[in-house]
Amino acid sequence: MTQLLEEVETGRKRAPVIEPGHSFSTVTAKISDVVLKRPLSIGWLAGVMFCFGFVNLLLLAVGYLFIKGTGIWGITIPIGWGFAIVNFVWWIGIGHAGTLISAILMLLRQTWRNSINRFAEAMTLFAVACAGLFPLIHTGRPWVAYWMFPYPNTMGVWPQFRSPLIWDVFAVSTYATTSLLFWFVGLIPDLATLRDRATNIWVKRAYGALAMGWRGSARHWSRYETAYLLLAGLATPLVLSVHTVVSFDFAVGIVPGWHTTIFPPYFVAGAIYSGFAMVLMLAIPIRSIYGLKDFITERHLENSAKVMLATGLIVGYGYAMEAFMGWYGGNRYDAFLLWNRLHGPYATWYYSLLICNIFIPQVLWIRKFRTQPVLLFLVSTVVLVGMWLERFIIVVVSLHRDFLNSSWGMYYPTKWDWFTYTGTLGLFLFCMFFFMRILPSISIFEMRTLLPESKVKAE
Amino acid sequence: MNEPAIYGLMAEFDSADEIVAAARRTHAAGYRKIDAYSPYPVEELWEAIGFHHNRVALVVLIGGIIGCMTGYGLQYWVANIAYPTNIGGRPFHSWPSFMIVTFELTILFSVLSAVFGMLALNGLPLPYHPVFNVERFSRVTEDKFFLVVFSSDEKYNETETRAFLQSLGPKSIEEVPS
Repeated sequence: MTQLLEEVETGRKRAPVIEPGHSFSTVTAKISDVVLKRPLSIGWLAGVMFCFGFVNLLLLAVGYLFIKGTGIWGITIPIGWGFAIVNFVWWIGIGHAGTLISAILMLLRQTWRNSINRFAEAMTLFAVACAGLFPLIHTGRPWVAYWMFPYPNTMGVWPQFRSPLIWDVFAVSTYATTSLLFWFVGLIPDLATLRDRATNIWVKRAYGALAMGWRGSARHWSRYETAYLLLAGLATPLVLSVHTVVSFDFAVGIVPGWHTTIFPPYFVAGAIYSGFAMVLMLAIPIRSIYGLKDFITERHLENSAKVMLATGLIVGYGYAMEAFMGWYGGNRYDAFLLWNRLHGPYATWYYSLLICNIFIPQVLWIRKFRTQPVLLFLVSTVVLVGMWLERFIIVVVSLHRDFLNSSWGMYYPTKWDWFTYTGTLGLFLFCMFFFMRILPSISIFEMRTLLPESKVKAE
Repeated sequence: MNEPAIYGLMAEFDSADEIVAAARRTHAAGYRKIDAYSPYPVEELWEAIGFHHNRVALVVLIGGIIGCMTGYGLQYWVANIAYPTNIGGRPFHSWPSFMIVTFELTILFSVLSAVFGMLALNGLPLPYHPVFNVERFSRVTEDKFFLVVFSSDEKYNETETRAFLQSLGPKSIEEVPS
């Protein structure tokens, strides 16, 4: 109804959420056949092998790190954080779009989310896994990382709960657990579908075990819907808190460029910004390769692009406020930070950041850039690069020149930094490749509810 | 085992409209031990079979309260009793710093109780269930809707119940062996 009104008002037709002509059977078949019927393709194998190469690179980089220690990285004093924290923040930010799509858009009753929430949640899981790796290996002695958790131990030592780094441990581990469970609960009815459609007995048993005997009972659905809605309601404040806590890692410190109150909202907006860019970069190839254009329509691309544009503007406001406060705040160290960003040794990085995150994404105001998959893919790439640069600027530029110029320094990432980073990119895509072929990448039962015949007519 | 050989009678329907109407009539006819199965959640359906209150929200509330108390209690105990540390002259009981872990554990416990509470109330995982003995039932995860009257229902009578289900106009009626 609202869509009809809007079409009348604007005089143009919006793409539907699901192409017409589908029934319960065709929706089920189209999505589950990608998993059950589609033969192995050379392209998929090549993609997996390519990513597997990078996974090995990651193993090599981490293995060598365990032998030699963090000295193989470019980190020094004053820049003790380097790539590990840049990549941690970048990855966890990407994860946030998955939770936003699955939880916040669900609470807002944006039904278009139904066709992208599943793989966006998978993306969240893999991104959080990649993110979690970085602080772990950055501790230098990851084999005793469990010391960060409160547990009774013979040393009689307990964590220090006033530290943002401990808050981070709790926020990120809660986030990872919640994302996993939310994703799994959403999968249960679809696993049952795969169980009932599989022909190979072992495949059937595997999905059957995972579906745990789901039989679609009305009582079960009632509890399921309540639980799913509550999970969405719980995940919404959680996702906002996670990047807020990540921003506290910086904002609670007194380093110029970190110690600002704008950090939490600006980090959360940046997280969603980069996350939607990643969603688009995955959705655009997936929908064309696996023939899912009926379910992931232009409407989805356009809506995601709009979210990107909006959050990008919030990020732009954040940059503007940082600059304004540096100039207006009267603190000489903040003023110097601003000068250093614009004219210091990392100035090129800062200008690249502004171009990638603020200027280029403005093309999304033009409708063609929101609906043309190739153009949108390119803009998303630019945004992901931009958001990575943002974290680099925040971590490195703030640390490398702080209060005392006798303790200034420079940060140069080594090849091991780059191996670890590209290795996690490979790990992420490696997991996505398997996910696409093992589990339904679109929520089948939620797609059924989008069909007109799913609704019960009033008596 | 002295379970009856028949678990119940299963009627198959093609659409949500039909099964909701059928379930309402079955409930109105006095059958109470009934269940309906659908490929996606249909709110009218669980209302129709007389299932109005699930206790998931209560379980989550309890889980959340326990999580909140655990989070705050843990930090209070660590910072004041087990391992008091002077951090920049702050009081041991510096409650504003404790809010974040309290919040995160509230969410964590609520989420765990939502997921495992829902599964436990649903009696899942369940490796065997009689309804799966009916071959056509595998369509419940695709596009068909099923209504079952259990043989344990007081009003259950094989001939009468079958005739009643027939009057609802189902696509087919099958016995569910237990």
